[in-house]
Amino acid sequence: MYLNAMLLLAAILFCIGVYGVLARRNGVLVLMSIELILNAVNINLIAFGAFHTTIIGQIFTLFVITVAAAEVGVGLAIVLLLYRNRRSIDLHQVDLMRG
Amino acid sequence: MIAEHVAFGIIAAVMIAAAFRVVTTRDIVHAALYLVIVLAGVAALFLLVGAEFAGITQVLIYIGAVIVLFLFGIMLTRSDFDDDEETDHKHKFPATLTAALLLAVMIVALVDRFGNDKLPNNLTPQTTAQVSDELFSQFIVPFEAVSVLLLAALIGAIVIARREEGG
Repeated sequence: MYLNAMLLLAAILFCIGVYGVLARRNGVLVLMSIELILNAVNINLIAFGAFHTTIIGQIFTLFVITVAAAEVGVGLAIVLLLYRNRRSIDLHQVDLMRG
Repeated sequence: MIAEHVAFGIIAAVMIAAAFRVVTTRDIVHAALYLVIVLAGVAALFLLVGAEFAGITQVLIYIGAVIVLFLFGIMLTRSDFDDDEETDHKHKFPATLTAALLLAVMIVALVDRFGNDKLPNNLTPQTTAQVSDELFSQFIVPFEAVSVLLLAALIGAIVIARREEGG
């Protein structure tokens, strides 16, 4: 199997995630798109780990999964707080710090 | 060998279709369920190249925990978007352009650099025992650091989401 098969799949997933972050207004959906991006990175790490026959790719993937779980926890807490204060999770209404 | 290619092709096609639905579907609960398909595909890919512990962890953490967290997030917040408003039409074209350009650059770079590289033919499974040996010898300091990070994220999430007293 070509290494590029996995790398290109990861690139496509990454770009779909980037589109989701940029185009959607729903705070929860933006977090989901970030999960897509992180998973694309994980595929790359595993692919290169298999390519170089080293286990370090898998170790790094575990760290990324852990950090992603922490990120979702804090991110959803922020979205909840946003909803409680604004009665909406529309990211367009989050403009307190707009100059 | 052929079976591996076929399996990869099916998994990849399903994953791309599901990922596309995650960012385009109007119903956010459906988006979460499509995300399950993508995450399961990632886990299947991990198992396909022999990363067994990462594959199992993917299922446990992502499909088990993160998706449930997302569903609770959806249930606790009411999205009051009209159907047409949810995707931001003003930003849709720039977002598509950015994603397409990024994809083009990455495809060119990947094909140019890794065009002929193949994964080893006899992919031996990287066992959980090997992972733990490596994790608790060479990577013990990052392991402890990440556990402190998890604790900090836990406390932070509680502090952020907690209802203020009398507020």
